[in-house]
Amino acid sequence: MIRVNDKFDVEWKPGMTIRDILNELKFTFPMLVISVNGEIIPKEEWDTRQVQDGDDVKVLHMIAGGR
Amino acid sequence: MSVIPVEVLKKAHRKLAEYHYELRPVERGYANRTLYINLSDMTIEEKPVTEEMKRIFTGGRGFALWLLWNAVKDDTRWNDPENELIIANGPLCGILSYPGTGKSTVVTISPLTNLVIDSNVGGMVGPYLKGAGFDALEIQGKADRDVIIVIDGDTGTITIEEAPLEEPYAHLLGRALTEMYAKNEADKRNIAVVTAGHGAEFSRYGMLNFSWYDLRRKEVRFKQAARGGTGTVFRDKRIKAIVVRKSGFTAKSNNPAKPELIRKASQRINKEIVELDDKQNQMRKVGTPYLVGIMNDYDLLPVYNWQYGMHEDAHKISKIVWMGLFTQGVPDGCHYGCMLSCSHGVDHFHLRTGPFKGDVVLVDGPEYENAAGLGANLGIFDPNAVLELNFYCDTYGIDTISFGTSMAFAMECYQRGILNRERTGGLDLTWGNIDAVLETLHQLARGEGFGLIVGQGVRWMKQFFVETYGADPDFLNDIGMEVKGLEFSFYVTKESLAQQGGYAIANKGPQHDEAWLIFMDMVNNQIPTFEDKAEALHYFPMWRTWFSLHGLCKLPWNDIEPADNAFQPEPHKVPEHVENYCWLVEGMTGVPTTPDDLILSSERVYNFQRVFNLRRGSGRREHDYPPYRAVGPVTVEEYESRRERYDKQLKEEIGVDPEGLSTEEKMRILREHRMKRYDQLLDAVYERRGWTKDGIPTLETLRRLEIDFPDVVRVVKKALEETGR
Repeated sequence: MIRVNDKFDVEWKPGMTIRDILNELKFTFPMLVISVNGEIIPKEEWDTRQVQDGDDVKVLHMIAGGR
Repeated sequence: MSVIPVEVLKKAHRKLAEYHYELRPVERGYANRTLYINLSDMTIEEKPVTEEMKRIFTGGRGFALWLLWNAVKDDTRWNDPENELIIANGPLCGILSYPGTGKSTVVTISPLTNLVIDSNVGGMVGPYLKGAGFDALEIQGKADRDVIIVIDGDTGTITIEEAPLEEPYAHLLGRALTEMYAKNEADKRNIAVVTAGHGAEFSRYGMLNFSWYDLRRKEVRFKQAARGGTGTVFRDKRIKAIVVRKSGFTAKSNNPAKPELIRKASQRINKEIVELDDKQNQMRKVGTPYLVGIMNDYDLLPVYNWQYGMHEDAHKISKIVWMGLFTQGVPDGCHYGCMLSCSHGVDHFHLRTGPFKGDVVLVDGPEYENAAGLGANLGIFDPNAVLELNFYCDTYGIDTISFGTSMAFAMECYQRGILNRERTGGLDLTWGNIDAVLETLHQLARGEGFGLIVGQGVRWMKQFFVETYGADPDFLNDIGMEVKGLEFSFYVTKESLAQQGGYAIANKGPQHDEAWLIFMDMVNNQIPTFEDKAEALHYFPMWRTWFSLHGLCKLPWNDIEPADNAFQPEPHKVPEHVENYCWLVEGMTGVPTTPDDLILSSERVYNFQRVFNLRRGSGRREHDYPPYRAVGPVTVEEYESRRERYDKQLKEEIGVDPEGLSTEEKMRILREHRMKRYDQLLDAVYERRGWTKDGIPTLETLRRLEIDFPDVVRVVKKALEETGR
């Protein structure tokens, strides 16, 4: 299981990438900051960077305080 | 509709008053005087701006609140002659080289809330008003006939003219007056116009259109000071339009103390926009409607009066559709020089209904709020219908947000059998019925039929439906999306406690420009405790207030972000942009400025506005509660549509096993839990802000903020005594 933002659970599958997690959670907002176990992952690696079962993933949506 | 030639319109004008003043340069962002006009006796005066005003109230919304405070009595109603309509710019307004620096704020006592409304707006009125010599325009009294106020900042002349023939449709009036007061085509860029529209004469949520001349299209464009009935007050004073003229206004016109700092900030943000906007929110290509699809994906797009947060047809009014409709490749800034250029329009739009049926027009917008509120929330997923509604709201001078929310309320009442065809005068208000919604809007603008009822807003309708049709007041209070009398803007807040507070605690009522915390709270899980949420509900509303004190747009703050923003210690505040704003303030005024200084200046005005609400009989805890529709599921269908989510919350958050419970029982338990949490949130927010448990700023808070003027203390002491604290 992957826990995202200490809130959302995504069932882990072998070969799962960051992009798969975003798709699973329908996180479509364009301005995201993503870290895996505390390491910020550059956007260009989201399609290929694999996550491991139990990883702590943070997906921060970078908008706050007013649209 | 036949259009009266400009020469005929002009010939019918009769000068009622004229005033000459000395032209003076703007100094460090301030004109150092305001303009007072009384339409009852045709008085025109200048008032000095004191150093104390600048220090405590900064400018913009702050100045306007102070002027209004001194102009009205405790019980002044919105349509009393002493109510004022104030347009203020701000010390950074008119920088122009920095994006989003053309804003004005309109302040008045609102017909919807009976409180002070502040509504910000783009266009070139703000910069030109300052260039003409004034930090604010304060209009009191009522004319006995329709008038136009002309402020000529080139000659130092102000006139009030009787204007009997102009039809108050914004798109015609803006065009006619721009042509009337410009010397030639090239001179049109020096004219900016404020208008309302026919609808504002009949509705409590009439709005104001602020123009700028689109040089490429050779057309007058508009942005709107939309919230709270500014246009209603405008027409009640029998103002048809305000024309401001200023030639040669440039980025240097503010005479900044340290122009190099303004240049440095401008270069940094503009480079960032050029390099990154296309990879981020694409404000230059699509603007705020990029959010429709995203809000739908996150279950945040209001559908059917906020019953639901997504719809399978949302893609029909989402980003890609608007990108195809918006005219691309033109610099669509709402002030000259804005690099973010998000003010998109649809050229050559064919109207199929209403008084301009068959005309081909330019539609300004839609913004996200229009697409969501005139679209999804009414069950309308036809972009052309959204555009037609958008156009007519604008030219009628009607706030799209209040109209959309009022319409959604009426449509749900129709769905629930509270309304029927007999009660709507034959209108079938089934969700998605485009023709019925358009007809309601046209009726509203004619001041007749069911449209006139919708035009009074949600709070008024609730009472009317209870008294006239025997509707259940508790149910209407649950589904009527208003707080303090102002209609909600378009985000579903059921899963974000912080945003429920962001809307409901807001001084003017539930408008998203005070705080938008949904992602931080609901998705990022960044503010899990009450203290965290309270801190966010302190910082962000104060931060957002800051823009309206200075004449700035919020969008360049966080709808574009530096490439390395993610690596900053507090990325959600966008620290590099905050630094830009510090540079702008220091560059303009010469005073070194820190981020804490910015927040302090806002706190003063924010708390002053809270006290203004107290003075108006509001501003206490009891006025800060949202309708339950904003907090949780009101109906069985709503609960069942997200049963898995709610059942999980019952089990994990409340410790109740939902198995075997009826939906009604589960709803009751969930409601108790959520309202208890809301109360805990209020306690935390009030404490963080230095307010009592009743939501009243303490005397110590007033002293800390140096707004402990005798009148202010009198109001607060009275409120404290009444609440026994």
